Amino acid sequence: MKELTELKLKVLDLLNEDARRSPLLLSTLIGVDEEAVKEAIAELEADHVIVKYAAVVNWSKIEEETVTALIEVQITPERGRGFEGIAERIYLYPQVKSVYLMSGAYDLLVEVEGRNLREVANFVSEKLSPIDSVLSTKTNFILKKYKQDGIIFEDREEDNRLMVSP
Amino acid sequence: MIVNEDTKQQQVKSMNSYLAPLVRDIPPSGIRKFFDLANGSKDIITLGVGEPDFTTPWHVREACVYSLERGVTAYTSNAGMIELREAISQYLHDSFEVGYDPQNQIIVTVGGSEAIDLALRALVAPGDEILIPEPCYVSYSPITSIGGGVPVGIETYAKDDFKLTAEALEAQITPKSKILILCYPSNPTGATMTYEDWLPIAKVVEKHDLIVISDEIYAELTYNDTHVSFASIPGMMDRTILVSGFSKAFAMTGWRMGYVCAHPDIIAAMLKIHQYTVMCAPVMGQVAALEALKNGMEEKNRMVESYNQRRRLIVQGFHDIGLECHEPQGAFYAFPSIASTGLSSEAFAQRLLLEAKVAAVPGTAFGATGEGFLRCSYATSVAQLTEALDRMGTFLHKLKQES
Repeated sequence: MKELTELKLKVLDLLNEDARRSPLLLSTLIGVDEEAVKEAIAELEADHVIVKYAAVVNWSKIEEETVTALIEVQITPERGRGFEGIAERIYLYPQVKSVYLMSGAYDLLVEVEGRNLREVANFVSEKLSPIDSVLSTKTNFILKKYKQDGIIFEDREEDNRLMVSP
Repeated sequence: MIVNEDTKQQQVKSMNSYLAPLVRDIPPSGIRKFFDLANGSKDIITLGVGEPDFTTPWHVREACVYSLERGVTAYTSNAGMIELREAISQYLHDSFEVGYDPQNQIIVTVGGSEAIDLALRALVAPGDEILIPEPCYVSYSPITSIGGGVPVGIETYAKDDFKLTAEALEAQITPKSKILILCYPSNPTGATMTYEDWLPIAKVVEKHDLIVISDEIYAELTYNDTHVSFASIPGMMDRTILVSGFSKAFAMTGWRMGYVCAHPDIIAAMLKIHQYTVMCAPVMGQVAALEALKNGMEEKNRMVESYNQRRRLIVQGFHDIGLECHEPQGAFYAFPSIASTGLSSEAFAQRLLLEAKVAAVPGTAFGATGEGFLRCSYATSVAQLTEALDRMGTFLHKLKQES
């Protein structure tokens, strides 16, 4: 069982670098059978370890209008359910891109995307704040994304090696 | 200023005549020619690069920048910062089971290259024969010649995975033999030597009273086994001058940070040359190297794993397109045979570059025994490697149809 886990980790690392890599390429890179890789991927998908194969998009390149805010939300946990129920009520909105339960001064960090400032502000005042157990919100707009999920959007480091060297 | 063509010609001739014959007679590097060819062309994928494709990890660069901000800009002791020598000593002990006293057995050098130069200058007397297994890194033979020594090649073969054998070594030994230069894992073949491979070599070294310069710059890039330092073979510690550095393991080629470890008497002699020529290795590089040893092992392991993945990819790729290739066990080079095409290494590499836009170095750049082979560095991205293999496959197909 341990070996399969190690293989799965390697598969995940390589797919995380580039999700379009084929099982054949992965099997060559890792040095195992293609079948073993296919099996590992199937299991990872079935277990929802691999949730989705999505492109990392730098939206600012094409849609200047989009704004994203990170909203710090303080809430009163519900009896018996803790934060789960409220988190769900928030993350089901399609404009909510991510929701994290945090330690520290606030409870939930909510990433909200909108076409403009007003849209995000409206979401906060009309949808988020009115939720009973929400005590307070603090909205921080993102001005520029430099790096997301380990990927630098505008990597300035070029390959400046000589074409041929000893 | 107007210069008459004739005068110009004359001047060039006469200036050359001032050069030391030893230096004048060194042939130009076979790599240089391909560099010039490749550098002018567009859309080339290069497998000709002898250095990592990673940038130095940020924590190492940051440590250097911080030290500059604090004003760490003075000379260090000739042998290098004692903290760095201590860290090197500890690292070599932990990783390769060799023990060197940081006080008098280690010098921090300007790359492994300076270390090799120091070792040869300290040991070679005119007429001494220096044994060099080939194909090998390009600088051993010229530096030997500059020092007045006589380079003597020892052939290694694809059938042995380019390992050095005791028989081949013994066959070249004469009463003038003094030094054996080893470079495993090997640039350009990717060959490595195991403990069992080393034992018969050590016997020959002992029997003929040789000194060994062991260039272990690729030690960390050993894939299926762990690297065995020649100095760790019983009885070889005092006979071995261990050369290594930070370039390959920590992606620090441009920093020029290397080191050399040996018996205190040999180190003392090398230190004399080092102090009169470079004084000390650059302090910024030393600070960076110390950071790499202290906090860089995780990144290093990640990079080694990545080379290993691409090693499998290129070897499989060569097999798929019909190029014979032994499995390289170290460094980041594959050394496939192109003999089946009927072309010489140089002709093949030249046509590959011009017609398929893939740059690689002909085996002959690493000695005459490299004829029939091509050095391909796989320190480039998976996407580039895949594309290069595609292009090479198409090129080989075209060659076949021609004949």
